[in-house]
Amino acid sequence: MNLVDSISKEVSTMNQFPEFSSGDTITVYYAIKEGDKQRTQHFKGVVLQRKGSGTTETFTIRKMSGGIGVERIFPVNSPVLEKIEVNKRGKVRRSRIFYLRELTGKKARIKEIRK
Amino acid sequence: MPGLIGKKIGMTSIFNEDGKNIPCTIIQAGPCVVTQLKTEEADGYTAVQLSFDEQKEKRMTKAMLGHFSKAKTTPKKKLVEFEMPESEINLGDTIAVDILEEGSFVTVVGTSKGKGFQGVVKRHGFAGVNDATHGQHNRQRHPGSIGAASYPARVFKGMRMGGQMGNARVKIENLQVLKVMPEKNIVLVKGAVPGANNSYVIIEK
Repeated sequence: MNLVDSISKEVSTMNQFPEFSSGDTITVYYAIKEGDKQRTQHFKGVVLQRKGSGTTETFTIRKMSGGIGVERIFPVNSPVLEKIEVNKRGKVRRSRIFYLRELTGKKARIKEIRK
Repeated sequence: MPGLIGKKIGMTSIFNEDGKNIPCTIIQAGPCVVTQLKTEEADGYTAVQLSFDEQKEKRMTKAMLGHFSKAKTTPKKKLVEFEMPESEINLGDTIAVDILEEGSFVTVVGTSKGKGFQGVVKRHGFAGVNDATHGQHNRQRHPGSIGAASYPARVFKGMRMGGQMGNARVKIENLQVLKVMPEKNIVLVKGAVPGANNSYVIIEK
């Protein structure tokens, strides 16, 4: 392990979440600060990509909100994240599914992996 | 305490108490050994010379070996002088990262990455011509006029033109120290620091 990785690990905490990859539908629960109050909000959508590695890894999720596509990027190890639920395992052929942005309606469906 | 010599290791990011993602640079700094004290009587000014980074003895000249043996230390690669008005430091003393406090602000000096000979668009942020048509055909990234004609009949000094970009000494002030790890000789400062990874940087308090 190089020095950057080992020091990054030392100064930050790693979150423990279930495994997920692009194509999966997940719900992210994250804390929101309003003044001195804190509450939890959730964001449910399809994972477009996981980017980076180690402590600085991020993931992008996309949902359709009132006909408008909304994307959010979260750092995997952000202390703001409380919980991640995997709702659906999607079957996709690539690790970054940006083609989903151009698709709407029936075409934007992702086949589910069933065990 | 004057400062430290270090090596830029690379960049990463950490989260602060508010959950904000803060970019930071990892610097391996010190331990630096004092190899010379410049005094008013002998040199006309006061300063301390610090040394950093071990070097093989066979790569040193005899003159340099003598310099290091005076301070009773091993040969080092990098020597830097720090201005110091009055010194309670002695020859051969070791200065480590614990002189830096978390949350304090430091100045970091480095040598920026060399970009070679660059034109005015990249080097000085000129706009170029931004037009491929309206009579332009070979001057999209040119500077335009560099002055008037028969008066003053010369180009003013300091006119911004193309030339070597980067590979120059750059000083960044007011970088916050986010973390100090004395057992590893590591400092984390907020933001970027000039230079490539593994290049020497000077941290001034």
